[in-house]
Amino acid sequence: MEIGMTVDSFKFLPRIIAKFYQMTEREPNYPIPWTPLERPIQACKFGLVTSAGLYQLGVDPPFDLERERTEPTWGDPSFRRIPAGILQEQLGVSHLHVNTDDVLKDVNILLPVDRFQELVDEGTIGGLAEWGYSFMGYQGFPPDTTLWEEKYAPQVADSFHEQGVHCVLLTPT
Amino acid sequence: MARTLEAANLSTVLVTMMPYWSKKVGVPRTLAVEFPFGHTLGAPHNVPQQKRVILEALSVLAEAPEPGVIVHSKENWNQPIEDAIQSWQPKEPSPIIAELTPKFRDMMRQHRAEKKP
Repeated sequence: MEIGMTVDSFKFLPRIIAKFYQMTEREPNYPIPWTPLERPIQACKFGLVTSAGLYQLGVDPPFDLERERTEPTWGDPSFRRIPAGILQEQLGVSHLHVNTDDVLKDVNILLPVDRFQELVDEGTIGGLAEWGYSFMGYQGFPPDTTLWEEKYAPQVADSFHEQGVHCVLLTPT
Repeated sequence: MARTLEAANLSTVLVTMMPYWSKKVGVPRTLAVEFPFGHTLGAPHNVPQQKRVILEALSVLAEAPEPGVIVHSKENWNQPIEDAIQSWQPKEPSPIIAELTPKFRDMMRQHRAEKKP
């Protein structure tokens, strides 16, 4: 079901990449998983997940871009945890597929820790998990998300359950 | 990712500039935004815009009537299109793009040549 049809997925893509994407055939696996929201938003604790390639400078290693440079069909499937209180100057980004200047100015465009803390303070949502998670969006060519599905996303889900999270906002790049 | 988390008893909402993929993959709940890549929730330091997008995503989460719902946001990107296409891209092409672009151009050329009578 689609509500409104105003967003053009290809608007900001160079023509050659758009054509490439449009040649990819894929059908969803049914049924689509579904966890109904069982409480009002004001009572939900949120977890944040992005594929921006974020990491904590000086705490965690960057994503493995060196291997991607020598093996362009491979992308690092691992993840990094990011504290909700991260300061802009503690943020590192590894991503070879987007310009990272703007997220280095304001993490909230991809991992909205400050906006969600404001929503908690206003009482719009119930809480924000202490830890958010960042993956790096490029998963090889052709993309292979097997390790995300079988290993890393279940680890993130377990961690969210331990933190009492009900809902997750995902922000791909 | 969204599907795996949703299957693990978490209610998810995904914000993306590519609802095209949401539809193909079967993402549980999507808010589509017409923003350049790398700017999923808006422009840096544009707090009101980021907040509007997040509140829209929360509405999708709260009100989605069925799995696979995609709601299109009416938010606009305030930058000339040509500049926006350039500025989100990395300063150097990614390794895979550098490798594939010449091959893809050849394929397109060949495809066009075959179509000519």
